[in-house]
Amino acid sequence: MTQQNRLQSGGRIQRNKALSFSYNGKTFKGFEGDTLASAMLANGIDVVGRSFKYSRPRGIVAAGPEEPNAVLQLGATEATQVPNVRATQQELFDGLVSNATNGWPNADMDLMGYVGKMGGRMMPPGFYYKTFMYPQSLWDTYESFIRKAAGLGRSPLENDPDTYDHLNQHADVMIVGAGPAGLSAALQAARSGARVLIADEQSEFGGSLLHSNEQIDGKPAAQWVAETVAELSSFNNVIMLPRSTVNGYHDHNFLTIHQRCTDHISDRAPEGQVRQRLHRVRAKWVVLASGAHERPLVFGHNDVPGVMVASAVSIYVNRYAVAPGKELVLMTTNDGAYQTALDWANAGRKVIAIVDTRANPQGELIEKARTAGLKVITGSAVIDVQGSKRVTGVSVAPIDADGGRVTGSIDRLSCDTVASSGGWSPVIHLSCHTGSRPVWNDDVIGFLPGETVQRQLTAGSINGEFNLKGCLEQGTRMGAQAAVNAGFEANVDAPAATAAVIAQGPAMALFHIPHNKPTSRAPKQFVDFQNDVTAAGIELATREGFESIEHVKRYTAMGFGTDQGKLGNINGMAIAAKSLNKTIPETGTTIFRPNYTPITFGAIAGRHCGELFDPKRYSSMHKWHVENGAKFEDVGQWKRPWYFPQAGESMQDALNRECLATRESVGILDASTLGKIDIQGKDCREFLARVYTNAWAKLPVGKCRYGLMCGEDGMVFDDGVTSCLGENHFLMTTTTGGAARVLTWLELYHQTEWPELEVYFNTVTDQWSTLTVSGPNSRKLLAELTDDIDLDRDNFKFMDWREGTMAGVPARVFRISFTGELSYEINVQANYGLHVWEKLFEAGAKYNLTPYGTETMHILRAEKGFIIAGQDTDGSVHPYDLGMGWCVAQKKPFSYIGKRGMAREDCVRDNRKQLVGLKTKDPQAVIPEGAQAVKDPNQPIPMTMLGHVTSSYYSAFLGHSVAMGFVRDGLSRMGETVYYPLADGSVIEAEICSPIFLDPKGERQNV
Amino acid sequence: MFDIYCPHCQEHREEEEFHASGEAHIARPLDPDNCTDKEWAEYIYFRKNPRGIHHELWVHAAGCRKFFNITRDTQTYEIKETYKVGQQPTVTE
Ligand SMILES: [Zn+2]
Repeated sequence: MTQQNRLQSGGRIQRNKALSFSYNGKTFKGFEGDTLASAMLANGIDVVGRSFKYSRPRGIVAAGPEEPNAVLQLGATEATQVPNVRATQQELFDGLVSNATNGWPNADMDLMGYVGKMGGRMMPPGFYYKTFMYPQSLWDTYESFIRKAAGLGRSPLENDPDTYDHLNQHADVMIVGAGPAGLSAALQAARSGARVLIADEQSEFGGSLLHSNEQIDGKPAAQWVAETVAELSSFNNVIMLPRSTVNGYHDHNFLTIHQRCTDHISDRAPEGQVRQRLHRVRAKWVVLASGAHERPLVFGHNDVPGVMVASAVSIYVNRYAVAPGKELVLMTTNDGAYQTALDWANAGRKVIAIVDTRANPQGELIEKARTAGLKVITGSAVIDVQGSKRVTGVSVAPIDADGGRVTGSIDRLSCDTVASSGGWSPVIHLSCHTGSRPVWNDDVIGFLPGETVQRQLTAGSINGEFNLKGCLEQGTRMGAQAAVNAGFEANVDAPAATAAVIAQGPAMALFHIPHNKPTSRAPKQFVDFQNDVTAAGIELATREGFESIEHVKRYTAMGFGTDQGKLGNINGMAIAAKSLNKTIPETGTTIFRPNYTPITFGAIAGRHCGELFDPKRYSSMHKWHVENGAKFEDVGQWKRPWYFPQAGESMQDALNRECLATRESVGILDASTLGKIDIQGKDCREFLARVYTNAWAKLPVGKCRYGLMCGEDGMVFDDGVTSCLGENHFLMTTTTGGAARVLTWLELYHQTEWPELEVYFNTVTDQWSTLTVSGPNSRKLLAELTDDIDLDRDNFKFMDWREGTMAGVPARVFRISFTGELSYEINVQANYGLHVWEKLFEAGAKYNLTPYGTETMHILRAEKGFIIAGQDTDGSVHPYDLGMGWCVAQKKPFSYIGKRGMAREDCVRDNRKQLVGLKTKDPQAVIPEGAQAVKDPNQPIPMTMLGHVTSSYYSAFLGHSVAMGFVRDGLSRMGETVYYPLADGSVIEAEICSPIFLDPKGERQNV
Repeated sequence: MFDIYCPHCQEHREEEEFHASGEAHIARPLDPDNCTDKEWAEYIYFRKNPRGIHHELWVHAAGCRKFFNITRDTQTYEIKETYKVGQQPTVTE
């Protein structure tokens, strides 16, 4: 294939470096320095996609991030698929594979095109809202239709093989944009010694100067760019980031930059390189020099391939040496766009006409065009375009002075390219990100950055300064000012580089070109290309009563595509305003939110994926658990053994075996994950008395006590055993999941309410391994591993703890029980945990020492009616609801946390839901946890629900199921029957009973 | 993301190190047992949630573990000052 639109000379491309790429399966050639878009245009590719609603063929209209149509799917392999890449921002590399994303079966030969009219009728403005009001069944029909017809790209089905990362940066001066203003600013800030970060989305610095014919300091602009970049490179206090889009400007001068490190090199990042990087920048001062986007005009069939934004045509001609056509008609409301016609003519292509909407334009560029012999038609507009897959001609007609209507006869001009310019919209997106509302300016005919609380300055065409000389001056001043503001010495009056001022006449504030027919009957005039929003659609929205631009946008979907309305939003606002007889600022403003351009999930995730997505916590015995076939359960970030199945065992088999072994001989649980907080200080006891509901004043050294912790509302939020290690030293245990929350809770009360109490907290969860040995043979087993701890039943009683050695290492042994059996919790330094665990198994073989996990722990405690905070509580139950009034002190002097809350009217009323045991009539039936209790299973739905089941298991030791749950007034309904209707229609019948199913007198643990 | 000055560490740190803990200066009544239900409910449930200047309690959770107060504009997200628990704000409107 030849590059038929490539010019013989010029451009910033490397003609000696030919690259081949594919688009929709065909191979083409381009050059190094091309974007995918410029290479496609060089090869005469007119159609790059189909429109969403009407399925109309669409071509490239812009040359930067504002491009709405050339949104392609990239990737040579399944794993490297990237959706929604703007061809205008993708640099060409050898072997690049691209495909159109919009169009079915393909962009060029589109089945939907034949039913496009039907699609349009099916999707008028407000389509989504109207459709959602209809029955769900109809939506399904629409949805499949839309999905097949549209969709912008697809996700890869395989994992991304590349690496992405994040980099934190601190800058004194962060400069956004490396055009004339940004480069001037960087130079001043750099010279002051400030740490400067300058980022630009393009492949090289220079911005508009990369395609400009203007001169700076008497040199071609590109030469000034090269010299400036060279000087900036010589500073070691400057970081320059090309291919880096500042995508978000967040609170407190925090900015996120999406850097595409290797996307321009190959399909996959080269070995050892990061594909994309997200810079997280905290800047002292920011200079926004983000430039402006040219607005296209809105006119009939302005979406036919070959209709482009004027400056984009200049960029393709001057920077990429591509003339995307042969015969040009230019329509403009301003002087600046005349340059495009001059560039086109300079490239040796034919300018059919310049159509100026102004009656009597005067200015240097107009003179230049006339002198060059270009035909200028004034007081007129292109009201319609002919052609379907490519422009074949235009209709030109005279219009009145304010551009409101067509005033004369229509001329036909034949051409293949139409360029239009409605003026320039400052790129104010970043200034909006932190909530600043932009302000309309009638002279600029655009929105300018509004007031901000950020430490932010702006320079160049973002301020509506469209002269090169002014941009250089603003950049120079603001760069120095930012450095001064950041605490450096700089001269804010330093001279800027100089450029000639081109005398320009006033521009016309025109957005929507009239047609000789009313808008609703005129050819479609597109405002938002990605969502097929037309001028008629916006007018319809205002007729239907949508007066706020925010509502119009949501009703029409204007600005909701991946281009976020960069080209269309201002035009759409202007059309809505006119239709409502309001000014643009009266209609509203336009707010942009991060991200400025779409960002990949890879860059957002960085290294926080796979193994590094979330930390995992392992106990020091984890290796043993893995080797012994444990199934694991996630508890917070902990990996806890769930159960230890043996060959051929089902889960229930394993649980039965583990439970029986523990009750009949001895079992062992890794309880290291329990939260452990070391508490010291002379006021420990007083503090504990204030945060627990029970008494702590008299707990002697060497003793342990169970405690309940409530919130100020009186509701239980955690529990655990706390031991007195010394007169001023306690060890608190918490639930595994509550450890961090409890520590913060203690610190909160200590620091904000009771700073006078001398008490210190330290988390020691990770420092200790906890091995719970439980069962009738546990004492005998422990005796084999210690010679300095007296395990005698009368010397080491239930709820005592002793210090000594266990398997030769220092240990604290607590005689506490969560199973109801004789039970010891051995605490050793975490790095001895595995050693002691293995020694226990060596000695324990003769007792059939059996490891068990969290599930058996749950069953054993449920047989005893012990609650688990967070499973049997949900933040709405107080200790009395749990039948744990025994754990609530009445006479403590200090009104501890929870006491007043429990006394609230709602807490002391009758008829509260209370925790009870549930004995199923069928002993084998296990009620599902969460099942709802009812009194009468035959009551029509909705039934009166009395409560729900919180814990329910099959007990192999007892030979029947055990369950706990809430039942309204349950504690006074012992012996009554409740029913649990299940989703499958069956009903389980249960009798309300005590939750203590096993050994109510506690004889098993007192041996 | 906020840039927060911890008055205990005496330096600016990233928001990721901190947790917000609700409205500041909510003092626990000294005699809870003699509070009415309404007074107790006001203490535990009712908060100002203003648009504009707000005094907030924060904790330097992944730092020094100290609680401290922030005066913040809930509209602009500006942090006007940070100060220790027990001190009073200087910015009140
Ligand atoms: Zn701190």
